[in-house]
Amino acid sequence: MREISAETITETVKKLCISANTELGEDVVKALEKAVEMERSTAGKDILKRLLENAKIAREEKIPICQDTGYAVVFVEIGQNVRVVGGSLKDAITEGVRRGYSEGYLRKSICHCFSRENTGDNTPVVIHYDIVPGDRFKITVAPKGGGSENMSRVTMLTPAVGVEGIKEFVVQRVKESGPNPCPPTIVGVGIGGTFEQAALLAKKSLLRPVGDPNPDPEIAGIEKDLLDRINRLGIGPQGLGGYVTSLAVHIEMMPCHIASLPVAVNIQCHAARHKEAEL
Amino acid sequence: MKEPKKLTTPLTDDDVIALKIGDTVLLSGVIYSARDAAHRRLVELIKADKPLPFELQGQVIYYMGPSPAPPGRPIGAAGPTTSYRMDPYAPTLIAHGLKGMIGKGARNDAVKEAMQKHRAVYFAAIGGAGALMSKSILSAEVIAYPELGPEAIRRLEVKDMPLVVANDVHGGDLYVEGVKQYSRI
Repeated sequence: MREISAETITETVKKLCISANTELGEDVVKALEKAVEMERSTAGKDILKRLLENAKIAREEKIPICQDTGYAVVFVEIGQNVRVVGGSLKDAITEGVRRGYSEGYLRKSICHCFSRENTGDNTPVVIHYDIVPGDRFKITVAPKGGGSENMSRVTMLTPAVGVEGIKEFVVQRVKESGPNPCPPTIVGVGIGGTFEQAALLAKKSLLRPVGDPNPDPEIAGIEKDLLDRINRLGIGPQGLGGYVTSLAVHIEMMPCHIASLPVAVNIQCHAARHKEAEL
Repeated sequence: MKEPKKLTTPLTDDDVIALKIGDTVLLSGVIYSARDAAHRRLVELIKADKPLPFELQGQVIYYMGPSPAPPGRPIGAAGPTTSYRMDPYAPTLIAHGLKGMIGKGARNDAVKEAMQKHRAVYFAAIGGAGALMSKSILSAEVIAYPELGPEAIRRLEVKDMPLVVANDVHGGDLYVEGVKQYSRI
């Protein structure tokens, strides 16, 4: 049995919270640079350039890319031969978020659903555990902002609508979201599984480097077609009109029930924050 | 693009009437940050006929909840939050003298009607550019509801904050016009 201390996990999560919120991934930076070339609207081009400038300031001055430093979403892959010592895994992750959001001057954005009273330390944390073979331990921190999360939806389509029905749902969702999720966005799509699994697939698709296609050529073709249709909507950067509404569409798919066709759309703003570590 | 217009708060009717959608503005002076929870409280105070924590007449509210200020900075990241969530409250504030709102995303018909009727303007700031936006904030002071944390009302002193007019008093809506211009469907 390989042992990993709870304190090591806490410190790792702390660092990942801070780096995810201040260092925009190189994949997003490249996608934004490409978007500047593609954009025809002068105002849109200017907004995209300012987002690049913003990322540079955040990285150099170590302040958050966006003031909404998100709900801390954590993905854990823990080998079945790994044992966490000196505390529980959940407590270790929660404490890491607490420390990261305090020491990193990150905004605490979590509140009670009715009273709206802030919990004060950005906890609880949404944790997705995956038990895998062997003795590896991989942890990903993916802070998710409220603006783009609010525009996300899950639906149970009728199987008869087919691929075209799925495409219509995704495009319609982006259209109705308009300027609200801070375009340019990355559109995460989960197809199949069950109601909750579709949402999780959509969220996991956002961890893929921006613009990397799904390895299945049929799905990659749908991603490409969807991106083209979305960018014809005219929403543009910040929803003020333009050609670049989304930087990428990522689809993850798994088989579904013979009666069902679950589809989830998880919209992500350009601050596609996720940082991972292996212990 | 046209040269940006320099504006200083508080705003007058004449300032607001002169603005048209698509105009870029560099805003200076004192503005106030307030978002969801603070709006709920402000409107409750107005309904109860009680005094507000700041005078609304001619003022500008920024829909923003900053990240904490690291040592040596007046504020952390400070970009706009999505405005539609303030739509249920905005017409009441506009009717009581609010002249400007800064946020991101489209407004509903009730807000747009109140803006036309009482002469107020809605500016869009760049969502997701919190680090950049913080550069135009010179000072920040919590003046009400500290228990709301990031949602507390702050008095902000700003210098040349880059904004674009998204809704004007003439009924223009940049979110509608801009998209119409670039739609290819």
